[in-house]
Amino acid sequence: MQRAWVSVKPRGRGGFAMGLPEARKLGIPLMNLVRFKGLPILQQLHLEERLLRTSSDNWCIINDGTDQPTIVMGISGKPAELLEIKSVLCDHIPVIRRFTGGGTVIVDPSTIFVTFICNKDAVPGLQPYPRPIMSWSEQIYNKVFQGIGDFHLRENDYVFGNHKFGGNAQSITKNRWIHHTSFLWDYEVRSMAYLKLPERAPEYRLHCVKEAKQVSWRRNLCDLSSNIKHASWVDFTRYSNQYKARDHLEFICRMKDFMPRSIFVDRSVEATKTHFLLRSTESENIEAHSGTKFCHSTRLLTKQELEAAAFAAPSEGALSQPCSL
Amino acid sequence: MASRLLWASRAASYLRISVFHRGFSTVLKDLKYADSHEWVKVEGNTAIVGITDHAQDHLGDVVYVELPEVGAPVEQSSSFGAVESVKATSDINSPVSGKVVEVNKELNDSPGLVNSSPYDKGWIIKVEVGDSGELKNLMGAEQYSKFCEEEDAKH
Repeated sequence: MQRAWVSVKPRGRGGFAMGLPEARKLGIPLMNLVRFKGLPILQQLHLEERLLRTSSDNWCIINDGTDQPTIVMGISGKPAELLEIKSVLCDHIPVIRRFTGGGTVIVDPSTIFVTFICNKDAVPGLQPYPRPIMSWSEQIYNKVFQGIGDFHLRENDYVFGNHKFGGNAQSITKNRWIHHTSFLWDYEVRSMAYLKLPERAPEYRLHCVKEAKQVSWRRNLCDLSSNIKHASWVDFTRYSNQYKARDHLEFICRMKDFMPRSIFVDRSVEATKTHFLLRSTESENIEAHSGTKFCHSTRLLTKQELEAAAFAAPSEGALSQPCSL
Repeated sequence: MASRLLWASRAASYLRISVFHRGFSTVLKDLKYADSHEWVKVEGNTAIVGITDHAQDHLGDVVYVELPEVGAPVEQSSSFGAVESVKATSDINSPVSGKVVEVNKELNDSPGLVNSSPYDKGWIIKVEVGDSGELKNLMGAEQYSKFCEEEDAKH
């Protein structure tokens, strides 16, 4: 683990100038901060995967928007289950399968990406497992959104109230981990139409679509069995609520309704400084921090793969039909 | 807890080994353990590999297992695959070096076997062992149990 030490100078009136923030810098780990604007998401993911696997430094990567709308699935994502493939193909939307777990997002220039890549001992007391890392990230963003909206981590999503605006994913290796987030600062309504409702949805996404049907009846146990000597009334109640996952537009919200873009980025950097000593690094210098030979698992799916997935999915219908204008 | 005792006993019976409990996650005697929380059972020249009860408990519900190809080489302490649990992929590291001779295809349809039966039906790969001397680098059950307790206590 890298550590940075800050020298302390006494002031004229005696005593030390070192306040709490400076004192806390003693012994806190170093983290390289790299900022991009409009970096294509495939390049971002390739960079992240390479830094996770070949670097021994800690990294914070902020990408202020990507260059074009792109669908990004998790490691086990299946296009037939997750995407409206015909529309995706008609509109030539790129589809990526990334190296981290989690669900499917559609990102574009309105999306803001924040990534942390850390050695497993970088955060004192943090166990390198999904839930502790997720909880740690909530501490960071609690500072970012302090006093703004009803922010919290709900299951594995960042929400205001019960509306999601930030999706998380992680990858954990033997000695390092990555936690990256795509924030919906804004989004195009039509983009959400490319995504099906996922089979695995968080519980808080569910809402009641049919009122509880309460059926109560009482039975006298003596009526049920002559062996029971003492009468007892027993209530049997059956509820039959029916739940359905909220569709995309009911489920998500726009971060821009809560915070300006630049304020979010600045606050994220400041919140990260409470855990790490940040060192701004130019993107051109990243090559020096990692090995040169690396084979990514993150990749762009081919048109043939998507067509094959659509062919295998009966609900997609014929691909030969013309795309709608 | 009762169900854990039941499958632990069944797993022990299948593997013909005895069991002891460290209080929370189960550790089986006569297996060897890596500090990255994989277990290995060596039978002659073949090793069966999986992740421990401690690991599956900390990872959460496994929804996908990325398996290697049969015939692929594996190296002690190096990653050969991954498990996905909700939002995270976690590397699986091989406790031994050698060649993959079989993968547990049941995990393609039932990845949850890694949670429900980590030492039995949730096995992940079988390896033709290249160097049995590497086993001395692994922990026995008691040492691994203590390792887990110390790891949990540090955090």
